[in-house]
Amino acid sequence: MAETVDVAVVGGGAAGLAAAISAKEVGANRVVLLDRNSELGGILPQCIHTGFGVHYFGENLTGPEYISRFISKAEELGIEFKLDTMVLRINSGRRLLASSSLEGLFELDARAVVLAMGCRERTRGAVEIPGTRPAGIFTAGTAQRLMDIEGYMPGRKVVVLGSGDVGLIMARRLSMEGADVVAVVEVMPHPGGLPRNVVQCLEDFGIPLLLRHAVTAIHGQERVSGVTVAEVGDGGIPVTGSEREVLCDTLVLSVGLIPENELSEGAGVALDPATGGPLVDERMHTSVEGVFACGNVVHVHDLVDHVTETGARAGQGATLFALNELPPPKRRIAVVPGSGIRYVVPQVISGDGPVTLFLRVKSPVRNANLTFGDFAVPLRVARPAEIVAVKLNEEKVETLAHRREIPVCLEASS
Amino acid sequence: MRTEVAIIGAGVVGTTIARELSRYEVDVTVVAGEVDVAFGSPTKANSGIVHAGYDDEPGTARAKHCSRGNELWHKVAPEVGAPFKETGSLVVAFTEGEVEILWELRRRGEKNGVPGLEVVDDEALLRRIEPRLSDKVIAALRAPTAAVTSPYELAIAMMENAMKNGAKALFGAEVRGITVRDGGVGELQTSRGDVEVTYVINAGGLRADEISAMVGLDCFTIRPRRGEYYVLDKKQGEVTRHVVFPTPSQISKGIVVAPTVEGNVLMGPNAQDIDDKEDTATTATGLREAFEGAVKLFPMLADGKRFVIANFSGLRPEPNTKDFVIGSSDEVRGFVNAAGMRSPGLTAAPSVALEIVGLLRGLGLALRPRLDFNPFRKPMDRPMREMARCEAQALIQRNRRYGHVVCRCEHVTEGEILDAVQRGASTIDGIKFRTRAGMGRCQGGFCTPHVLRILASQLKIPVEEVTKKGGGSAVLTCRVKEMLRRGGLDG
Repeated sequence: MAETVDVAVVGGGAAGLAAAISAKEVGANRVVLLDRNSELGGILPQCIHTGFGVHYFGENLTGPEYISRFISKAEELGIEFKLDTMVLRINSGRRLLASSSLEGLFELDARAVVLAMGCRERTRGAVEIPGTRPAGIFTAGTAQRLMDIEGYMPGRKVVVLGSGDVGLIMARRLSMEGADVVAVVEVMPHPGGLPRNVVQCLEDFGIPLLLRHAVTAIHGQERVSGVTVAEVGDGGIPVTGSEREVLCDTLVLSVGLIPENELSEGAGVALDPATGGPLVDERMHTSVEGVFACGNVVHVHDLVDHVTETGARAGQGATLFALNELPPPKRRIAVVPGSGIRYVVPQVISGDGPVTLFLRVKSPVRNANLTFGDFAVPLRVARPAEIVAVKLNEEKVETLAHRREIPVCLEASS
Repeated sequence: MRTEVAIIGAGVVGTTIARELSRYEVDVTVVAGEVDVAFGSPTKANSGIVHAGYDDEPGTARAKHCSRGNELWHKVAPEVGAPFKETGSLVVAFTEGEVEILWELRRRGEKNGVPGLEVVDDEALLRRIEPRLSDKVIAALRAPTAAVTSPYELAIAMMENAMKNGAKALFGAEVRGITVRDGGVGELQTSRGDVEVTYVINAGGLRADEISAMVGLDCFTIRPRRGEYYVLDKKQGEVTRHVVFPTPSQISKGIVVAPTVEGNVLMGPNAQDIDDKEDTATTATGLREAFEGAVKLFPMLADGKRFVIANFSGLRPEPNTKDFVIGSSDEVRGFVNAAGMRSPGLTAAPSVALEIVGLLRGLGLALRPRLDFNPFRKPMDRPMREMARCEAQALIQRNRRYGHVVCRCEHVTEGEILDAVQRGASTIDGIKFRTRAGMGRCQGGFCTPHVLRILASQLKIPVEEVTKKGGGSAVLTCRVKEMLRRGGLDG
């Protein structure tokens, strides 16, 4: 017989912890949080740099500091943790199948489920870097874990491919620990990470950033012996003759994150191809009744503070659903990305608001307008690396209420 | 050390010969330069297709051993608990000219003794048996006995079973020379010392020509023919049911789209003759060729790039003789070649092994059957992937570590990783080939730190000494702060 709980939260990172805490605070009786790792906190325990909590706490914290506040809170509230526990399947009836050393295979019936599995890193195969397959190729997050949790250096002479935030942070981290970071290579004409990270991680450490460059081959039989770096022209095609060999023993890849939705798909949750995550409304309710989602499983966030916020909303929604108190949707307005916009989350507005829309632009813009059908919001500056948050108050939602669809577009301001 | 029969090479050919010889009371040692079974390119990066046997000209060794090998694997793979799935294969034709070739292949296959071949030219039927096939395909040769396996698991299983029956392994021992004394083989000089031998079987894959030349038999050369592949996510597993080939060309069977035995999709290989026997690098051109070839067969794969989880390339040991080089030598007593094992080498292996054993008998090796020979090998327990729930539950109750999932993509448990170490894995790749930990969509991003820790503790070595694949392939460099203490880049 499967046990029944009010809210089951899958994933114990920033999103899952926030969801579990808010579930308890809103009045859920039994909240169980399952995580495949042996420690809570998701990726944050290995993010030992600062930059967390500026919005949420008004303080500049390290990852472990930020998340420990939530872990303590969750412990105080009596949330049940099942660690070292892998959720293998969730069915559309919200029954979880999980496994752990302690309990073996077991089932759990949840009145509501919160999906908070986070994301995984894109790999060498996904970006198709030709060459050999020696030791010494790491994704940035793995390199970070090896250094900052396990306590080992992944290499001595390093090339970082991709200038996303994790890549920039790792370039600095490796450099601080005595490794020679030869270069950070970025295929786009602009850096992938936040401007403050470009300054603090590369410029302050004298690490060259090669924009419009790519790693076109990996060399070495047993261990990486070098990479070929080339300039790229339009469409990301390497410029012939621009190739040069760079000696290194390690290649760190920071080439994107992918929301990890295998469990969601198994539960029948509809995904947005633009985000790779579930389609949600502002309550973080997915297409499957009683299944909510939050944090990086929905889309890849730039700031953990936002992740926490979506977690809190998902936890609240899930609890109300579990207690049979979630108001039915009042409307169903689809929010769709228009020109210049890569995606918008939530994809559906179902209530009166206020609603915070998170969106990403396709390329850097300055002094533009974001249009929402009936009104426009000025956008001074935006980069693909940063999420733009736009809050629609009740009044704005009311003006949109007659629509079935709001295209969100980027327009040059007049 | 001394051994009666040394088999050089721990690929699928060498290990299959070892397993066949282990039926007898013979002192057999598999000697290989790599630190584990199947670490050489022809096996590791094999497509894992067990061909039906219609490709090769009747009368060649390839033709003889391919169809018989296919039949033998149907029995042997299950005995040793290696994954094996009879998917059948299709050779597809886009033009009337190609249809003619299908009929020719069918005739050839029948001469080779391949059962069940049929040319399907009813397009409606074709769509029914392979729904996502290009609508430009007008006919296909269907071979029901073609199958897929996992090449490295197959070799690992054969070696384990051979060792259970008394065979020995000497790995990490690169053969540097062979002494010929009084017209017969004397000793192998290896990087781990000399081995006194009576018989040497050369299953040296890419280096088989060099090994043969060590005893003065330089009658053939091996040139690597590189092939590059894509592996797609299991989410694309529905693309194809059969192993699907285009109509073959002179130099290769063409770029294939095949289901893997684990449910992924394999696309490739192209065929490029190169000179360097170690050049397993993939190339932008080769990958493009593999991708375009696959899209031609299944146009829906044009959208398949987002499902790519890995690329790799393998080197086929292409002999200048075009055919397998199998035989003993009158000039050097006790030296037997099982060389030039190009495609369909994997398929042919068990049949070649029988021939090799016959040759050894002819050379005077006493073959007394081993009375306690056990043909069966207990496969690894894979509770999350292969067991019914109650069975998995019982296993976890016996050993709690089978409840702890370490590789989240492929659902590999700690119990499986420990079992793999017990069975001989000593590297990250050794664990990967035995368990699939690190073979899924995150490619080891999450499980590598755990596997490193488990290997270090089981092998009782520092974590920094754990390698990806032996030799100088250590994964980690040193402890954090050590580099700073020693002033940065000193070495």
